Amino acid sequence: MTLQAFLLLAAALFCVGLYGALSQQSVVMLMMGLELMINGIVVAAAGFWHRVSPGAPDGQVLVLVAITVMALEMAMGFAVVTALFRTRDVDMTDDAGDLKG
Amino acid sequence: MVEVLLLGALAVAAASLDAALDGGPGPFRQAARLLVMERRMTPRADRPLTRIGVVSLPVAAALAALVVPFGGHAALDSRVGVVWFNAMEVVAWGSVWLAGWGVNSAFALVGGYRFIAQGLAYELPHMFALMTAALAAHSLDLRVIGAAQGGLWFGVWMPVAFAVYLLSALAMAFWGPFGAPLGADIAGGAALELSGPDRLVFLAGRYGLLAVASAVAVPLFLGGGDGPLLPAWLWSAVKACAVLALLVWTRRWSPVLRMDRFVQAAWTVLIPAVLLQMLVVAVVVVD
Amino acid sequence: MTVLFWVLAVAAVASGAAVFAVGSMARATFALLASFLCVGGELLLAGLHYLGVLVVLMMIMEMLVMAVFMVMYMMNPAGLMPMSMVHNRRGALAVAGGTFAVLVAGIVAIPWPARRGGPPHDPAFALGQAIMGPKMLVMMVIGIAILATMIATVVLATRTGRYGEDGAR
Repeated sequence: MTLQAFLLLAAALFCVGLYGALSQQSVVMLMMGLELMINGIVVAAAGFWHRVSPGAPDGQVLVLVAITVMALEMAMGFAVVTALFRTRDVDMTDDAGDLKG
Repeated sequence: MVEVLLLGALAVAAASLDAALDGGPGPFRQAARLLVMERRMTPRADRPLTRIGVVSLPVAAALAALVVPFGGHAALDSRVGVVWFNAMEVVAWGSVWLAGWGVNSAFALVGGYRFIAQGLAYELPHMFALMTAALAAHSLDLRVIGAAQGGLWFGVWMPVAFAVYLLSALAMAFWGPFGAPLGADIAGGAALELSGPDRLVFLAGRYGLLAVASAVAVPLFLGGGDGPLLPAWLWSAVKACAVLALLVWTRRWSPVLRMDRFVQAAWTVLIPAVLLQMLVVAVVVVD
Repeated sequence: MTVLFWVLAVAAVASGAAVFAVGSMARATFALLASFLCVGGELLLAGLHYLGVLVVLMMIMEMLVMAVFMVMYMMNPAGLMPMSMVHNRRGALAVAGGTFAVLVAGIVAIPWPARRGGPPHDPAFALGQAIMGPKMLVMMVIGIAILATMIATVVLATRTGRYGEDGAR
């Protein structure tokens, strides 16, 4: 379990998430991509804590922040989709880009 | 590993007690009946997801049992036992929803959704109740919490947290007043289409969850292995049996609560109450 | 340990990729959950017992809530009729692949610093001390962000406006 191994896993998760976030039409699927990207950040932070400076708590704090960001991102995302869906009956990114529905 | 087996025996005992109170056939006869019964299939069901939902319920109960101490000893040497127990018990959300969704049946799906609503209601008070006990013992280790309450049990001087814990133990095993996910009004809810061995495994997992939840109440609130004469592990087992019997018996007399009412009560009454309890405990513990 | 690490790593990436490959929304959500559980396992392997179990706990709850919304908003939640819901697939693949290549090049090329110090006796305790002591600002920002999100989501998601149920907005 070298630092490189952790970072490779983090990069792979980040890029799978990036592909999803860029390619999915549905807002909810897009958010799954974003979650996967943050998942990669969690792995990278844990790897840095474990292999670079386990004595300092910074890596752990970063993991905690990333987990919180995940939860908040999902809550906000669903609230926005709900608001969009209610007013314009839209759940696709392409339609949501139009200024007038 | 002995601890996990002991909890399995407790789960069977809970099923026997429930059958005895009901006057129906005992758990072994029911198990034999379900094992020889032919599986009923629904069209276009999502079999893998149903399977995962059904099997994950007893697996989660067994994994949660790993950190449950009897006396001062647990199967797994974990310093974060409270969080581990909490994480494994949340698996039930997934199990019930998957069992409801996978079988492709309307009433079963309603049952699955009911359990998520119930989960969102019971989980926060439950977490705060766990935290209150952990706060008083300065540890997330169930063994340390059990050993920390020498003379005065936590259940005695934090009654609100204990009561909330017992309520959420019923809710997490969708038992008694919180049995709406498997309610008779929706023809059996999430377990509606489960038949044969699937049903056996799912219901066994539910008894397992009930047994683990009552066994965890012992180190959290009932002084762990504290007691005269008998050895510590036996005291733990006796207390766990008492809590389990209380929970099983609840089903005999309590009406089933409606989801929305319970959500409202949980967020407006239980959460503030248990937060106040935590404040009191924090003030007592700090000096 | 190393074997377990790689097994979990491959499983995490594979189930992450499965999220965008399966048709059923329930399966996509639970594939994402599987990916998170594998990452929780990696954290446990790295010695972060509290954070690993916390990831498992939070992600199960989060994904179950997500499943509700997925089924609510997708037009074909069970995936019974195969359909494609992607745009600009080739571009997205190119961007993701390019990013991965750059990241891997960086990971291999950069001389990473050597390990300093050892892990504390109880990492969870060290984390608690940090966020209640020198890193308290982080905890305060997280707290306020959660509060702001709770208010904002309720405002966004409720139907009722300022003037009652039938809602002049």
